Amino acid sequence: MPKIVFNSPDGSQHVVEARNGSSIMEAGTRAGVPGIVAECGGALACATCHVYVADPFRDAVGEVGDFEDEMLDDAEAERTAASRLSCQIPMTDELDGVEVTVAPEQ
Amino acid sequence: MSEPQNLPARTGVLVVGAGEAGVRVAASLRELGHDEPILLLGDEPHPPYQRPPLSKAFLDGTTDHDTLALRTPDFFREARIEVRTGRPVADLEIDDSGAGSARCAGGDTVAFDHLVLATGARARTLPIGGADLDGVCTLRSLHDAETLRARLARAHRVVVLGAGYIGLEAAAVASARGLDTTVVERENRLLSRVSAAPLSEFLLDRHRAWGVRFELDTEVREIVGDSGRVQAVKLADGRELPADLVVVGVGAVPGTELAEKLGLEVRRGIVVDTAGRTSHRGVFAAGDCTVLPHPHLSDELLGVESVQNANDQARAVAAAVAGVAPPPPAVPWFWSDQRDLKLQIAGISSGHDSYVVRSSSSGNDVTVLYYREGALIASESVNRPKDFMAVKRALGKDRTIPPTAAADPDTLLKDLIIDRT
Ligand SMILES: Cc1cc2nc3c(=O)[nH]c(=O)nc-3n(C[C@H](O)[C@H](O)[C@H](O)COP(=O)(O)OP(=O)(O)OC[C@H]3O[C@@H](n4cnc5c(N)ncnc54)[C@H](O)[C@@H]3O)c2cc1C
Ligand code: FES
Repeated sequence: MPKIVFNSPDGSQHVVEARNGSSIMEAGTRAGVPGIVAECGGALACATCHVYVADPFRDAVGEVGDFEDEMLDDAEAERTAASRLSCQIPMTDELDGVEVTVAPEQ
Repeated sequence: MSEPQNLPARTGVLVVGAGEAGVRVAASLRELGHDEPILLLGDEPHPPYQRPPLSKAFLDGTTDHDTLALRTPDFFREARIEVRTGRPVADLEIDDSGAGSARCAGGDTVAFDHLVLATGARARTLPIGGADLDGVCTLRSLHDAETLRARLARAHRVVVLGAGYIGLEAAAVASARGLDTTVVERENRLLSRVSAAPLSEFLLDRHRAWGVRFELDTEVREIVGDSGRVQAVKLADGRELPADLVVVGVGAVPGTELAEKLGLEVRRGIVVDTAGRTSHRGVFAAGDCTVLPHPHLSDELLGVESVQNANDQARAVAAAVAGVAPPPPAVPWFWSDQRDLKLQIAGISSGHDSYVVRSSSSGNDVTVLYYREGALIASESVNRPKDFMAVKRALGKDRTIPPTAAADPDTLLKDLIIDRT
């Protein structure tokens, strides 16, 4: 199973295994990674699963969708070029080792 | 099936109900550094799961079981949260401090220092003939959703009773499958309990465009069957709507039996304050089983059936049990998915005295902003995420958006946020 490295706002780091096809958000919340709120459970309705994707994986995670784009604009924490809603990134073997930093405010 | 695990003889915190609220109470207690044993008892056979997808992505088959889980088994183990499923709590005894013991169906008992009721709600059923026929379904649990999903795969004619969120989501899924779908609603518009007329109209048009038929202002007299199987829904005016599947979506009834037996104050739901305290200072409750003070109407109580409310009440309960300061009040919010429509609702609209509608010329989106005494109290948006985010932010800071300026759909609401006067 591909792995995800989460950097939490409290400074802790968590390495979590994900099922292929499940989202980065799902893997993180179920494992209780601090900082991800993900209140809508991946319905793209809350923008509380905001992460910054580390550089080498920026392209591999794919493009920001239209609705996601609008939600990200108004997310609590600052939006950067690395910003994604983690419920919109399905895990694949290509993403094995992907590193994300959980946004400090959700 | 594995043998049910034994209960521990005693625990620190007993949470009855292993749903959204129950899991959050336990998880928050650990985040707050609370170190006593925690036991979650749930009556359903499944490990704790999310309900919202049951009428959406799970029902239409785009997600499976695995995506429903609220937490992994590893999470519970590492957090030292004991979870027992298939364990209905039948009886509770408490002393003046709120400590006591619980007896499960089957006879096992467990002693506890703190009690949290997170028993959720169950689907309301209709007190009419034929409600128990084969092919008449409600939608509350994973079991219900599995049954309904299997039935949808074989159904031809679906009648949905009730145009609330769950009814409309079920109608959206059924119509997307190409099934002949009719919604019957007692009131004269959709979502009448929560929404203003323009939103009802918008959804009505969209559902009709998908081929869904509506019988509004219409009472159901009975459900008719043959050899125990549903055949039709009979309306008060005598007409019969043929059906091989009937989905009853007429609301939920809070699970208050245990609270009533304990003598706690129950008014439709278990009455709690903002810290989640029941009428017994030592007993707490959170989630769909509760009613709380209405934010706009003094003397009224409000039941809020949402993931957000379950989580935020649970966080407040955890803080009170752990003896730390309560979390800041949260903005109520909710969502619904109906095919290509995403509804996002912020705040509590009941109690509004006026509203403003924003809609782009495409006609594919709408936002209704709700006001009380000139101040913004809530909004409902369809496919206008920026409106939703702006209103949620304004309400979270106790600020407002002037109604006149808000009527222009092309101005960004977030640029209009001002202090309340
Ligand atoms: C089909 C559906 C769609 C929904 N969609 C949305 C949505 O889109 N957005 C949203 O915000 N909300 C949605 N909701 C509402 C949301 O799921 C609920 O508000 C939330 O689950 C409430 O959490 P809870 O823990 O209070 O109750 P529940 O999740 O119902 O959990 C309570 C648990 O306690 C158990 N229990 C009851 N009595 C006992 C007992 N005596 N002993 C042991 N266990 C007991 C119950 O069986 C249940 O498992 C939806 C609900 C449903 C049913
Ligand atoms: S979990 Fe809600 S938007 Fe990602």
